[in-house]
Amino acid sequence: MLLSELAHVRSGDKGDTSQISVIAYRLGDYPLLAEWVTADRVAAHFPGLACRRVSRFELPGIGALNFVLEGAMPGGVTRTLALDAHGKTLAMQLLSLDIPDDLP
Amino acid sequence: MRIGSGAGFSGDRIEPALELVERGDLDYLAFECLAERTIGIAHASRQSNGRLGFDPLLERRMRTVLAAAKQRSVPIITNMGAANPLGAANAVIAIAREMKLDSLKVAAVLGDDVTEIIRHGDFPLLDCEGSSRSLVPSMVSANAYLGAEGIVAALQQGADVVITGRVCDPALFLAPLIHEFSWKMDDWTRLGRGTLVGHLLECAGQLTGGYFADPGRKDVVGLARLGFPFADIDQDGSAIFSKVAGSGGSLTVATCKEQLLYEVLDPRAYLQADVIADFSEVTIDPVGDDVVAIAGAKGHRRPDTLKVSISYDDGWVGQGQISYAGPGACARAELAFEIVRERLSLTGVVVNDLTLDLIGVNSVARTAPIEALEPREVLARISGRAHDRSSAERIGAEVEALYTNGPAGGGGASSATRKILAIASTLIPRDSVEVSVEMLVA
Repeated sequence: MLLSELAHVRSGDKGDTSQISVIAYRLGDYPLLAEWVTADRVAAHFPGLACRRVSRFELPGIGALNFVLEGAMPGGVTRTLALDAHGKTLAMQLLSLDIPDDLP
Repeated sequence: MRIGSGAGFSGDRIEPALELVERGDLDYLAFECLAERTIGIAHASRQSNGRLGFDPLLERRMRTVLAAAKQRSVPIITNMGAANPLGAANAVIAIAREMKLDSLKVAAVLGDDVTEIIRHGDFPLLDCEGSSRSLVPSMVSANAYLGAEGIVAALQQGADVVITGRVCDPALFLAPLIHEFSWKMDDWTRLGRGTLVGHLLECAGQLTGGYFADPGRKDVVGLARLGFPFADIDQDGSAIFSKVAGSGGSLTVATCKEQLLYEVLDPRAYLQADVIADFSEVTIDPVGDDVVAIAGAKGHRRPDTLKVSISYDDGWVGQGQISYAGPGACARAELAFEIVRERLSLTGVVVNDLTLDLIGVNSVARTAPIEALEPREVLARISGRAHDRSSAERIGAEVEALYTNGPAGGGGASSATRKILAIASTLIPRDSVEVSVEMLVA
């Protein structure tokens, strides 16, 4: 299944860093998200980004993960040549992340 | 106590703010209008005309809400002062006189302009190599992110309108809480809770269903009539969020969760001038239709430094776009790019980072490419940097020249050139900044 079936997302930016929240529709799906949607898998999902580092923060109380993609927007919002200078579209692109159906 | 959010960015819609004032039974209304780069642009505008440098929509917003807010005794707090809070305050006074709003008190909060401190000091840059001294020759502005203190002082002096330059966005909402509830400036827990309220309100429509709708998965009713949010906050800092009954959009646990984490990096350490807020154990509970209770923020002692945004001239960007369609569209777009690159080189135009985006294929997508049928159409966007305007303009000119001198079937060419105002950040000691308030009366 795709991440879009389990979670909703939102992108924000700070300097050259993009931030993506991944929020379980149902709290019961949070452990599965926490197990599969790792910082490494998020980094691998975006081969077109040259991140210095991807880190993950966990918020089990609200069933959410927060990803911080440092260096996702080279030069930052103000200098980048990218069409989507703020990385606003990145979160929705993460929704195509594939999650195996047979995870315990 | 009820605070409404009248704007979430400089160009935001105005109608929802009036709806809040007229039908929201507010105690305060705050407008957050100052993005990282907006203030640099405002400084450039002030340099060309000393009376300008504040938000271009300030006067329109004030003409729309000022009378209704004054009539209901709803103070307005905003960072629309941008690069010229005093100029903005004078502009509001002029509007108040024109509208016969006698004795309206308008306060300008000053002290965020730290250009001279940066010019004469040297501070390591955040997020990149080097120090602030290297930017001084091309510096346009330097502004410190102030806390709530100046706004609180203005409210204590009875201001009807408080206008700031750069302050931490949540401080626009935290300040009236400190003022009304007499919170101490070292009550880190309450300051953390008030910061959470500000953080959730500061993007206005993003709490009530804006930036949320995804048809079939996350539907939002009446998005065209999107209402902006308000919060009812108690003495302890717990808050209930809602919006005007009958307005469009929806305020749910899901919209609140998305906004809670928006632009937050480590949720345990949301750095502000007044407090380091901790959102890691926040609870979000439904209360009713479009009514959500949020509590559980914490706070830790504020940093000894203030963040400063330095804006500086960083050359020009030139850009041209042209569409191709039918079989081989992408190959013709790529040929177009190679032709433009070679022509710039042949004519001695120095540009850097010349880039091709295929809009519809790879312009914003950063995931792995998928094997797909060739698109029916593609928009080639060719952009690059240059030190001077005329070199940057050559990029777009060479794209437009592709009509008769490039691949077959190029259509709809356009070009644009813009100056780059780049932003770098640093930290300066808190005690090097002095905040003051200037009060004007209509």
